[in-house]
Amino acid sequence: METKPDERFVKPKLSTRVMRRPEFGALIGALSIFVLFAYFDQSGQFVKLGGIARWTDVASTEGIMAVVVALLMIGGEFDLSAGVMVGSSGLVLGLLVTKVHLNLYLAILLTLIFGGLIGLLNGYLVVKTKLPSFVVTLATFFLLRGFNLGFVQLWTGTVRVDGLHNAKGYEGVYRALATTVWAPNQFNVDIFWWIGVTILGSWVLTQTKIGSWITAVGGDANAARNSGVPVRNTKIGLFITVSLAASFVGIMQCIKFDGMQASQGVGEEFTYIIAAVVGGCLLTGGFGSAIGASIGASIIGIAFIGISFANWNTDWNYAFLGGILFAAVSVNTYIRRRAERAKK
Amino acid sequence: MRTPLLQLKGVSKRFGSVIALSDITIDVFPGEVTCILGDNGAGKSTLIKVLSGSHTQDEGTFSIDGEEVVLTSPRAALDKGIATVFQDLATIPLLSIWRNFFLGREPEKGFGPFKKIDKALAKEVTRTQLLEMGIDIRDPEQTVGTLSGGERQAVVISRALYFGARVLILDEPTSALGVKQAGRVLKNILVAKSRGIGVIFITHNPSHAYMVGDRFYLLNRGKLVNSFEKENVSREELLRAMAGGAELAALEHELKNAGEAQ
Repeated sequence: METKPDERFVKPKLSTRVMRRPEFGALIGALSIFVLFAYFDQSGQFVKLGGIARWTDVASTEGIMAVVVALLMIGGEFDLSAGVMVGSSGLVLGLLVTKVHLNLYLAILLTLIFGGLIGLLNGYLVVKTKLPSFVVTLATFFLLRGFNLGFVQLWTGTVRVDGLHNAKGYEGVYRALATTVWAPNQFNVDIFWWIGVTILGSWVLTQTKIGSWITAVGGDANAARNSGVPVRNTKIGLFITVSLAASFVGIMQCIKFDGMQASQGVGEEFTYIIAAVVGGCLLTGGFGSAIGASIGASIIGIAFIGISFANWNTDWNYAFLGGILFAAVSVNTYIRRRAERAKK
Repeated sequence: MRTPLLQLKGVSKRFGSVIALSDITIDVFPGEVTCILGDNGAGKSTLIKVLSGSHTQDEGTFSIDGEEVVLTSPRAALDKGIATVFQDLATIPLLSIWRNFFLGREPEKGFGPFKKIDKALAKEVTRTQLLEMGIDIRDPEQTVGTLSGGERQAVVISRALYFGARVLILDEPTSALGVKQAGRVLKNILVAKSRGIGVIFITHNPSHAYMVGDRFYLLNRGKLVNSFEKENVSREELLRAMAGGAELAALEHELKNAGEAQ
C-alpha cells in the first residue's frame, strides 16, 4: 500500500515541546515563588546557602513522598493514609526501640515491613472491593490516626514516644538519615535521599516497562488489561511503594527528632498530593512526572520557609498552598486539553 | 478442499433458559474477510465472546487448523493467535503511540534491576509496522489521543499482527465512525487480509461488509439464517437478505404510502 507523509503533521518546535512537559509549569512556578520570597525576605539569608539549606530540608521529606504519591496518582489512585503512615511508622519504630528494647536495625526493618503490609492492605482492598481508593485509604487514615493516639497513650501514658538516642547504633543511623553536612550551612542529608528517590522514580516511570504500565493503568485500566498489563499487581505495587516510602520518612523523622509525636503526619497527605498535582500530575490519573512532583515539593518548601523569613505569620502557609494548587490545576487542565486534543 | 483456519461447527450457547446461539457453523479462511452480519440482538456479541475465548460454547466444536480446541479465556485465544479488536477499548489516549504498541509486551535491554525498555527498537518497529498499514506517523512519541479513530484502530490491528495474530476479530469497527474514518478502517481490513490473516468482520452495515467481505454469514435471533460467498451475491441481494426481504418491501411500501398521503 502506498503511503505519503501526512502534510498535516508538523514536528512541534522545541519551545512547544518543552512547554508541553508536565514539569514545565511547576518549574516556572518554583522560580517565580523563589523570586517573590527573595524580594520579601527580611532576614537577608533566604537566597544564601543557609536559607537554601532550610527550604531544601522541608522539600526533602515532602519530596520523597510527593514522588511516590505522584506515581500512585499517575496509576489512577489516591492514598490518604500516606501522611499518617509517616507518624505511625515513627511511633512503631519508637515503641519497638524504647519499649520493646529491640535492636535498632531490627526495629527499622520491622517498621518497613509494617509499612509494606499497610500498603498491601490498602492496595488489596482497593482492587478487591473495586471501591474508590479515596474511600478505602480514608478509612485506613482514620484507623491509623486513632491507633496512633489511642495505642501510644495506652502504652506510654503520653502522646509522644522519645529517647531513641540511647539505642545501640543510633549514631550510625543518624549519620545516614538525619545529620547535617557542609557546615555552617547545615544542609540535611535527607536531600540526598530526596534526589535519589526522584531519580529512581523518574527512571522507573520513563525508562522501564513498569512505568508504561503505571501510566496505562491510570489512563484506562480496561484498555490496559486488554493489552495484557497486570493491572491489579501494578496498583497493589504502587500502594506498597507509597506506604514503604512513608515508613522510611517516618523512620527518618523519628531519628532526626529523637522521637515521634502521636499526631505527626496528619494532614500531610494533602500536601503530598498538592506537590504532585503542582508538578503536573492529573487528578484523573494517566499523566504526570516524578521530577515535577519534586519541583512541586520545592515550591512548598520555598513557600513555607519563605513565609517565615518574610516575617509573615506562618498561619498563612495553608492559604498559600491553596492558591498554588488552584493555579497549578488550572494550568494543568489547559495542558491536558492540548495534549489530548484529538483530530476526530 | 482447503482447511479453514478457524471453524465453528454446530456451536450453541445458552444462558439459563435463554438460547443465545444455536447451531452456528462458520468457516474462516486465511487471507479472507469473513463478515458476520446481524441486527441488534442477533447474537453477534455472544458469538464474538465465543470466538475470543470469553465464553466457551455449550455444544459444537471450535477448531483451529482443523484441530479441535477448547478456549477458556481471552488469553488462551490470544495464545492460539486469535486477537480481538474492541472498538476504542485497547489504547491509552495519553500514552505515546510506541508505548501503546508495545504495552504489556515491552522489549527490554540491560540486566537485572537495570532492565529498561529498548526505546529505539520500540519506536522503529512501531513506525515501520504502521507504515505497512499505510500510516506515516513519523513521531512515535505522539500520544495516541492525537490520532483519529481509524488511525487508532490501525495501531491496534498492526500491534495484533506484529505479535503473531492469525485471526483478527473486529467488533463493529465502523459503527461509530464517519464516512472517511470508516474508509480508513476498511483499508485496515484489506491490509490485514493481504497479509494472509483470517479477518472476522462483525457489523450491522451490509454496505461496509460488501465492500471488503469474501464470505457473509447472516445471523438472526441466535441462528444462522443465510450465508453467501462474494461471487454468488450482489450488494442489493445482501442488503435485502440482511433486512429480511419481505419486511423491507413492506417498509418501502409503507413509506411510499405515507409520502403520497402528505
